[in-house]
Amino acid sequence: MTTMLNVKDLRAYYGQVQALHGLSFSLNEGSLTTLLGANGAGKTTTLRAICNMVRSTGVIEFQGKPIGSRSTENVVRLGIAHVPQGRGTFTNMTVEENLQLGAITRGDKKNIVADIERMYDHFPVLKQRYTQQAGTLSGGEQQMLAVARALMLRPRLMLLDEPSFGLAPLVVRDLFRIFSKINREDKVTILVVEQNAQLALELADHAYVIETGRIVMSGNAKDVANNEDVRKSYLGY
Amino acid sequence: MELFANQVLAGIATGAIYACMALAVVMIYQAIDHLNFAQGEMAMFSTFMSWQMMQWGVPYWWAFILTVILSFAGGILIERLLFKPLAKAPVLTNVAGFIALFAIVNSVAGLIWDFTIKQYPTPFGSSPFLGSQLISTHQAGMIGVTLLLLAALYFFFQFTRIGLAMRAAASLPESARLVGINTSWMIALGWGMASAIGAIAGMLIAPVVFLEPNMMGGVLIYGFASAVLGGLSSPLGAVIGGFLVGIFENLAGTYIPGVGNELKLPIALALIITVLVVKPAGLFGRPIVKRV
Repeated sequence: MTTMLNVKDLRAYYGQVQALHGLSFSLNEGSLTTLLGANGAGKTTTLRAICNMVRSTGVIEFQGKPIGSRSTENVVRLGIAHVPQGRGTFTNMTVEENLQLGAITRGDKKNIVADIERMYDHFPVLKQRYTQQAGTLSGGEQQMLAVARALMLRPRLMLLDEPSFGLAPLVVRDLFRIFSKINREDKVTILVVEQNAQLALELADHAYVIETGRIVMSGNAKDVANNEDVRKSYLGY
Repeated sequence: MELFANQVLAGIATGAIYACMALAVVMIYQAIDHLNFAQGEMAMFSTFMSWQMMQWGVPYWWAFILTVILSFAGGILIERLLFKPLAKAPVLTNVAGFIALFAIVNSVAGLIWDFTIKQYPTPFGSSPFLGSQLISTHQAGMIGVTLLLLAALYFFFQFTRIGLAMRAAASLPESARLVGINTSWMIALGWGMASAIGAIAGMLIAPVVFLEPNMMGGVLIYGFASAVLGGLSSPLGAVIGGFLVGIFENLAGTYIPGVGNELKLPIALALIITVLVVKPAGLFGRPIVKRV
């Protein structure tokens, strides 16, 4: 099995404050991995560091090549889609324009229309609203749009930052089912950061637990879910 | 009634000047979220370049096209050299930069071409348009060019990928980078386009106000007033705002006693303040609404 993303000794800083203290982990190609941790543990920072949106040191390799010195847009152009916390929706544009923007770096223009149709298959509600301003969508619909926009890149790796945040439990279930489907059918490697540990561990095949900027546990998602510390701290039983 | 109609027509003719300048103002506002106070001076400098080319014997339309291209490149150059390093600086630092640029461009133009007033040719002629004494063929041509420019900008922003990318970069830079857009170059492109539009405005305005380094002072204030009235986020609003300011200015000068020619400029400033108080988004601008 080949390695999709390899992170070694990652340290990140907000001004003088160090948020990550030598983080190392790797993602296998085709895997669905979750990164768990409490508030402020450094989950979001880890994702932001991969896309060079925060000052960091250490090694980040994507498909064997170092990407640490690339600008955010050039990291994305390699096929790394990042769905940020808060979704990053272009609220004053239409749903369709948001999807077009997801594919803005692609050269194969004629496939883009077909891909937009595919997104409407994944998320039928977006089809009903494609001329509507994205800012008028509900929270769940905006999250679907954010995921669809990321998929329009035809990514090799997708980074999802707390996709369940602020959504109704039923909507979250739907969304996670779609992540699974994308992972299986489109062969997209997924790294999902979650506070909803139970759901994330059901979905993922591999898990890392992060505490104050360090990885404290890693392993098969089922094993991690059965670990007593994890159960007490994150699953609440 | 005839007096009223005539004043409206004359207002539309002067409004074309403001509309053209307002388009350049909206363009830069879209790209960088600030007003560029040096916009008028940059336009003036471009106009001088075209004048110089014509002095050297270049035909009008060649000089026109060359100037637009050079201004586009010049706008990008100014952004790369002066304002890219200020990208993360506070707004006031940028404002200081705009004012410095204003003073520098103005003085350099005076140094090269001196401050005497120069005639500037018009490609449309200056005979009465359709027999009307109030509007000349030049002013009609100017209205035509402004509307053409507006249509071209609309097409660019609505139907091209690069236009979409520019809008995305302007509205949410971080999200734009996350879909792979090089936002820094989008800003540079915005500067180039604003500078090119300003050059067109300058070359159309110069036959009316004559060519000299201070020709754009008043015009830029009217341009700002028009853009604010129409809404800083809307090119269509800017053009309509330009015509409305022109009409308003003329009617106020005619019907309000004591206004006359001297008080026309304060009217533009009063208009800016009134709009900002009553309807900050302007007539056609999109109010910024956030879902919380």
